[in-house]
Amino acid sequence: MKQLLELFLAFARVGVMTFGGGYAMLPILEREIVENKGWASHEEIMDYYAVGQCTPGVIAVNTATFVGFRTAGAAGGIAATLGVVFPSVVILSLIAGVLTNFADIPAVRSAFAGIRVCVCVLIFNAVVKLWKGAVPDKAALCLCLAVFVLSVFLKVSPVVFVVLCAAAGILFTRLGVRGK
Amino acid sequence: MILLRLFWEFFKTGLFAVGGGMATLPFLYDISARTGWFTTGQLADMIAVSESTPGPIGVNMATYVGFTAAGVPGAAVATLGLVTPSVIVILIVARVLAAFRQNKYVDAAFYGLRPCSVGLIAAAGVLVVKVALFCADRYAASGAILDLFNGKAVALAALLLLFTRGVKQTKKLHPIVFILASAAVGVVFSF
Repeated sequence: MKQLLELFLAFARVGVMTFGGGYAMLPILEREIVENKGWASHEEIMDYYAVGQCTPGVIAVNTATFVGFRTAGAAGGIAATLGVVFPSVVILSLIAGVLTNFADIPAVRSAFAGIRVCVCVLIFNAVVKLWKGAVPDKAALCLCLAVFVLSVFLKVSPVVFVVLCAAAGILFTRLGVRGK
Repeated sequence: MILLRLFWEFFKTGLFAVGGGMATLPFLYDISARTGWFTTGQLADMIAVSESTPGPIGVNMATYVGFTAAGVPGAAVATLGLVTPSVIVILIVARVLAAFRQNKYVDAAFYGLRPCSVGLIAAAGVLVVKVALFCADRYAASGAILDLFNGKAVALAALLLLFTRGVKQTKKLHPIVFILASAAVGVVFSF
């Protein structure tokens, strides 16, 4: 029970500190879940993100369920998910109730323009940090660059990349190019 | 019973929207057209608010729609509806993965998936950079290369890079410190 509460609270913290969707959650998740709690490794977070891309639903929720499950079984998955959505329910209910023009307030717009700059830098830092574990050899480097370039320039669903890269991982391993 | 319908509508959204929060948008337009709980104009406001409040965007939008349709219980029920399919699917996937994680094919698949995740995250980062650091409209209007960059934003990004990577005393600070500081800078220098 204590562990479930701990999961709920940790993910509520992640939820309240995430500005701008699943990818912006990554730097916070790295700090809170990987570095502070030790509930998952950097590599596992990458695995969850990949799986979360091609399973239904919001990526933040998928990742929370994964980490919660790994830490404390099915109940843990549910506790973590409730935690990550809890701040949204409270904050959005407050705003929807009183401040329907919240997003038009000049100070809010300026604050979020500032936050967006910060999110760029934090995502950049996260990519640099994850790079070593996720891209161990030349074959993986090719995959990473291909996915990056194609998804910047083409409007292809991430699901396609995930499926193709999983297949490529198996193919590269069989061909023996892995680790070179 | 509007709460039951809210749960069901968002359950379907959560089940079929693959690829993150923004993937729920087409479903929300569909709900608006079929139920009349909210107009498409309201939906545009909801997206703006969901993007400028903490929390995952998909969850924020579900909460907002639920609140508009049926108050605080509606907000809670819509959000639970949205996350229920994810939780069920992920619990099954996590169980299967836990059983097969040592399998050499699963291991090989993840060897390919990790660089894929990094590539997708970096690509998402580029999208944010485009909005946050560049002024495509201003550049298109004037054609002057300096107008392409949002000077204040680039300066802030440079400072943030310095403090998050270069300066030993600030490097280890929690990311939320930098987020809040950037919000303050945004307000003070009217970004």
